[in-house]
Amino acid sequence: MIYLDHNATSPMRPEAAEACRHVLDGIHGNPSSVHGPGRSARAVLDSVRREIAGYVGLHDSQVIFTSGGTESNATALNGILSRYDSGTLLVSQIEHPSVLEMAHLHSKQGVVVETIPVDGSGVIQPEKVEEMLQQANAPRAVSVMHANNETGVLQPIAAITGVCRKMGVPLHVDAVQSLGKLDPERERDAFAADLVSISAHKIGGPKGVGALLVDKALSLEPLIAGGGQERNRRSGTENLIGVAGFGAALRQSAVTGDQERLQMQNQRDWLQSELESALPDLLVFGSDVERLPNTLALALPGILGETLVMRMDLEGFAVGSGSACSSGKQKGSHVLQAMGVAAEISSGLLRISVGWNTTRQEVEQFRDRFIRIVTEIRAMSPIF
Amino acid sequence: MAYNDKVLDHYENPRNVGSMDKNESDVGTGMVGAPACGDVMRLQIKVNDEGVIDDAKFKTYGCGSAIASSSLVTEWIKGKTVDEALSIKNKEIADELALPPVKIHCSVLAEDAIKAAVDDYRKKQD
Repeated sequence: MIYLDHNATSPMRPEAAEACRHVLDGIHGNPSSVHGPGRSARAVLDSVRREIAGYVGLHDSQVIFTSGGTESNATALNGILSRYDSGTLLVSQIEHPSVLEMAHLHSKQGVVVETIPVDGSGVIQPEKVEEMLQQANAPRAVSVMHANNETGVLQPIAAITGVCRKMGVPLHVDAVQSLGKLDPERERDAFAADLVSISAHKIGGPKGVGALLVDKALSLEPLIAGGGQERNRRSGTENLIGVAGFGAALRQSAVTGDQERLQMQNQRDWLQSELESALPDLLVFGSDVERLPNTLALALPGILGETLVMRMDLEGFAVGSGSACSSGKQKGSHVLQAMGVAAEISSGLLRISVGWNTTRQEVEQFRDRFIRIVTEIRAMSPIF
Repeated sequence: MAYNDKVLDHYENPRNVGSMDKNESDVGTGMVGAPACGDVMRLQIKVNDEGVIDDAKFKTYGCGSAIASSSLVTEWIKGKTVDEALSIKNKEIADELALPPVKIHCSVLAEDAIKAAVDDYRKKQD
């Protein structure tokens, strides 16, 4: 199986697996216990916390371990909004469901949710955010992602951070997809926000662990109450095996990141140009603006994304599509729809995302098979 | 979730893919579904003087289950009279392909396609 779905999850880096194994085999204490085994566990936790803090340029106390991107997003939004039954939350139209659904929950508690539009390329305009904040009734928070998971398109986070600072409204940034995939300067844009979500498994760490980076000045209601771990911001015994793997994945990504990004970008750009010349009506999303170096979001008129995913799976290639068809009401990708793409095209979204262990040979094999399959499916389509 | 074997078989080796001249008087064409909903099926039947379906062709835009459903009905309706073809119910298609609940609409669409093709054929005979 050739794996080209790294935006869904990236295979574990050997260094991360090794770090997990080390804890699994030998560190059995509870990091909150005061005895020796507890202190050994605490040492692992503290050292990874320091590493992550160093990577993002914050203080150790600002790193809160969670179970992953979804929990980080929920902790951030709930942390600010749970004390309000009025006011406004601004979220972009293209956020991950973990943000959109959490916003929807808070709308039931009385917070008005307003969605920030994107332009035809999938980019949020900072001026629009400012205008919406000026007009909003008691703005409580803004939540915007750094890089979109479906198209890879980057958002002008530095400018949006500036707008939110000026207006005195806390900003949450979902940086799950951008972590480790951008040059350090660009990546750091996200870390200046008041709340930042990151996740281990998108950078070759284990699934089920992530972190929320929290501005010191921000008071945050815990989503999970209990023993008061993580500075009372996230109770529950920490996932030490996961945390160890997270640290190792980030460490490795920092070492090999520059070379990996170049390699990913070369593979993606090569594949895009090969497919564009072989399939003249190919639509590529986000290629006219800044985007992640590993992501290629495309659609072919007359072919459903789900059909391509299934067919490529049978041929031995794992790729992603926007959303699965269910009960005859295929909605297509909400991201593409926000960009103004028609439903019959947005339901054709196919996402190819390369990663740290993708080889040129794999991408070449994908190209050959993909072009053949497209021709076969099209011969069967009544609307092509 | 594993793919069902029969769905896979029709999906990878679809039967009777193709088109017939829709202007011929003995050809009935049914086009159902909408691209925005994710599925479009075009089913064509060629009916002989005895009212028996001699040939059937399909083209489908949609998921694997939609393709398998249309491929299956072309096999089933060949050699049947138009009335027999009309008696095929979506449940039989869904049962044959073991479609999960979220894919039942594919079998409904296939049944609708038969009706639409027969309808078109009958209109031409009036």
